[in-house]
Amino acid sequence: MSIRVNGMEVLPPDDARVSLLDHLREHLHLSGTKKGCDQGACGACTVLLDGNRVLSCLTLAAQADGSNVQTIEALAAESGALHALQRAFIEHDGLQCGYCTPGQICSAIAMAEELRRGDPSYVTLDLAAGPPVVTRAEIRERMSGNLCRCGAHNGIVEAIEDMLVETAA
Amino acid sequence: MTPFGYARAADRADALARVGSGARVLGGGTNLVDLLRQNVEQASELVDVSRLEGAIRESDDGGLLIDASVRNATLAAHPLVRHRYPVLARALLAGASAQIRNMATVGGNILQRTRCMYFYDVEGARCNKRQPGAGCDAMDGFNRYHAVLGASDQCIATHPSDMCVALAMLDAVIHLSGPDGERSVPLTDFHVLPNATPQTETVLKPGELITGVELPPPSAAVTHSEYRKVRDRSSYAFALISVAGGLAIAEGRITEARIALGGVAAKPWRATRAETALVCVAPTPDAFLAAIREELVGARPLSGNGFKIGLAERTVVAVLGALAGARA
Ligand SMILES: Cc1cc2nc3c(=O)[nH]c(=O)nc-3n(C[C@H](O)[C@H](O)[C@H](O)COP(=O)(O)OP(=O)(O)OC[C@H]3O[C@@H](n4cnc5c(N)ncnc54)[C@H](O)[C@@H]3O)c2cc1C
Ligand code: FES
Ligand code: FES
Repeated sequence: MSIRVNGMEVLPPDDARVSLLDHLREHLHLSGTKKGCDQGACGACTVLLDGNRVLSCLTLAAQADGSNVQTIEALAAESGALHALQRAFIEHDGLQCGYCTPGQICSAIAMAEELRRGDPSYVTLDLAAGPPVVTRAEIRERMSGNLCRCGAHNGIVEAIEDMLVETAA
Repeated sequence: MTPFGYARAADRADALARVGSGARVLGGGTNLVDLLRQNVEQASELVDVSRLEGAIRESDDGGLLIDASVRNATLAAHPLVRHRYPVLARALLAGASAQIRNMATVGGNILQRTRCMYFYDVEGARCNKRQPGAGCDAMDGFNRYHAVLGASDQCIATHPSDMCVALAMLDAVIHLSGPDGERSVPLTDFHVLPNATPQTETVLKPGELITGVELPPPSAAVTHSEYRKVRDRSSYAFALISVAGGLAIAEGRITEARIALGGVAAKPWRATRAETALVCVAPTPDAFLAAIREELVGARPLSGNGFKIGLAERTVVAVLGALAGARA
């Protein structure tokens, strides 16, 4: 078997202890995915595994065998044209140092899909009702797994709001 | 981290065989990978059960059967859970972050270990749970998050799961499979109090797997239930106190009350005394307070967590008050 990373087949590491994060960064030289805490507490290492957002620091690379992994490197078009959310982050100052940004962006892209599916969150008032109304409180709760130590959260929430409006239109 | 091998279980029999020969079970890995990396735990072999069939289906009696490998996010979003067991959906959504809920399995959530920082600090702290007889640095240390009920002079750690608090309130039953066959244990009997052996946390036997969780058909108080979590920040933090509550009221009297508490003990705490005190009484804040006080008679505050007793009282009164108000 193999792992499909951004459309490319790669082998899992020989050592089962290697995390998906270290495999991406150290072996595949995809350094866009960041290591913040290496213990599940910050979200900087967020990638998409078969379309779902997961923490690559707590995923063993072996666990991703046979799966599709997407990282921040796969987001812009071949031409270099940025993804709508990447543009929105720039427009709304959704970053300062940029260290949390790849994780924020991967996380928000999966979040948009969860919203589209109608998944509830802790702050969704009526769990039995249909798709939740998208409010800032919903975005903040759903993005709480991504910390930003520069405090760019307001810009991040605005950028995500922008993307959600754009894709809904 | 000591070197280990990794294998994906082909099916349940394969998983059991590997566990029987000493492999550690790997679910989503959100707790175990961390504990291995911090050298709190060691393994020579891992068997990944997270890709085994993960179904959620109605049982013959109208309850729900949930396979152990179901992810926390999948369970929380399931229509039957959202409609019939709202307390469980909300408790799951209160836990960790969206990323972690996508990874975490039901089996792993039940068996996750305490977040006591002294338990994690292999180099720097004494911990009776990690090393029986070593001592407990939490006793005179930072114990804001620790237990007020059921603790011992050996260990004051709490069980960190939100999901399990809802499961305790729902009379959930854990299905186990092992070398001696299959058996079932009520969730409230699955985790054990520390007493003199805090290294023993559950009744799981060597070689056993959790295969699933069964929920009885929803009673009136289950359909009308909620989960509230109080924490140091409003999201992505473990509970200081959490409350799973459900109420059924007829003609101005409570006919059924269900309450479980999180953040108070080494196990999710079903508040049976409080429940009994509420049957047939009018749903008033005073009645709620009197009932939870009966439950907390045996509560023992530590140097840093005395506030938990009052916080538990107020949270129970608020949750039950909201449920009574919504029904009226
Ligand atoms: C930063 C952070 C914040 C968190 N916040 C919260 C929170 O607020 N609330 C909360 O409830 N939780 C929280 N968690 C904990 C999280 O919910 C657990 O780590 C998760 O549920 C464990 O599930 P898993 O499948 O990843 O388990 P794993 O890590 O794979 O396994 C955990 C344990 O269960 C055993 N195991 C797994 N499956 C089985 C099985 N089928 N049979 C027998 N044994 C099995 C493993 O051997 C291991 O001992 C948080 C975690 C992190 C990292
Ligand atoms: S590096 Fe993975 S969550 Fe912080
Ligand atoms: S931009 Fe610096 S951590 Fe978020």
